[in-house]
Amino acid sequence: MSTLSLYNNLNTFLYLAALLFGMGVYGLVTRRTLIGMLISAELILAAASINFMAFNRFTAPDPTVGQIFTLFIMAIAAAEAAIGLSIVLAVYRNYKSIDTEDLVELQG
Amino acid sequence: MNPSMPITEAPGLFTADGLTGLIFLVMMAVTLIGGLIACCAERLVRAVAGLMVCFVGVASLYYFLNSPFVAMMQMLIYVGAVCITIAFAIMLAAPEESKKNGPAGPLSGPLGFITAGIVTFGLIVMALNTKFPILAKVNQGTAKEIGIQLLTQYSMVFELISIVLLIAIIGALVLARAGRSK
Repeated sequence: MSTLSLYNNLNTFLYLAALLFGMGVYGLVTRRTLIGMLISAELILAAASINFMAFNRFTAPDPTVGQIFTLFIMAIAAAEAAIGLSIVLAVYRNYKSIDTEDLVELQG
Repeated sequence: MNPSMPITEAPGLFTADGLTGLIFLVMMAVTLIGGLIACCAERLVRAVAGLMVCFVGVASLYYFLNSPFVAMMQMLIYVGAVCITIAFAIMLAAPEESKKNGPAGPLSGPLGFITAGIVTFGLIVMALNTKFPILAKVNQGTAKEIGIQLLTQYSMVFELISIVLLIAIIGALVLARAGRSK
């Protein structure tokens, strides 16, 4: 297995997806704004889609199923982004901030 | 690309397979660098730009996985729609990260890194130690076959997802309009 034939190997894609997932988790934990967390969630969804497509290409008997599943993940992600961003805008209008530390009603 | 022929011997750099492998390495680097920018950039506008770069890389990975149709949808939906929507929200909400460290404290960075590292390490070890059975393909997974499957076996899911998208659009409009003053 040489470096140049990595694209024909299932594990390459799995490692890549794991790294992207890790980046998404890191961003989700450390980001202080709602939009930053949304961006990290998109990274996690992309990692999940890469896993689906990799198994679809290398092991699944019917290679249409994974592609259809990835298309549905895309549709759900688009809906999630639209709803999430309008919630962010509504929060911003009420609190004048989208920092997660500022979004508290109670003192404490 | 031949869908089901694993390359056993090392290809030379200036053969078709070797150049394909080189392009794959470049796009893999693009994906990872884009992801790094998206999760670590200080300013959110740069994070969105990194997300865009990352999604272009992911689209090319889909192309390498024999799915040009999904690659095109990735470019259209993620790069063209989702990233632009996030960019609009950043411009509307103007979230400058003024304070560096809140009550989460300076510990949140290292702790987040450790969490992500453990998760990534676990996933990689699991992928390394699992033997995945390879089954014979029943079709080639072309765009035509995707269309046939979408309108026969998965037609119910197809309709439901369009309803979900419709509700999402209406919900987004209602939420974004609600507190609007004049």
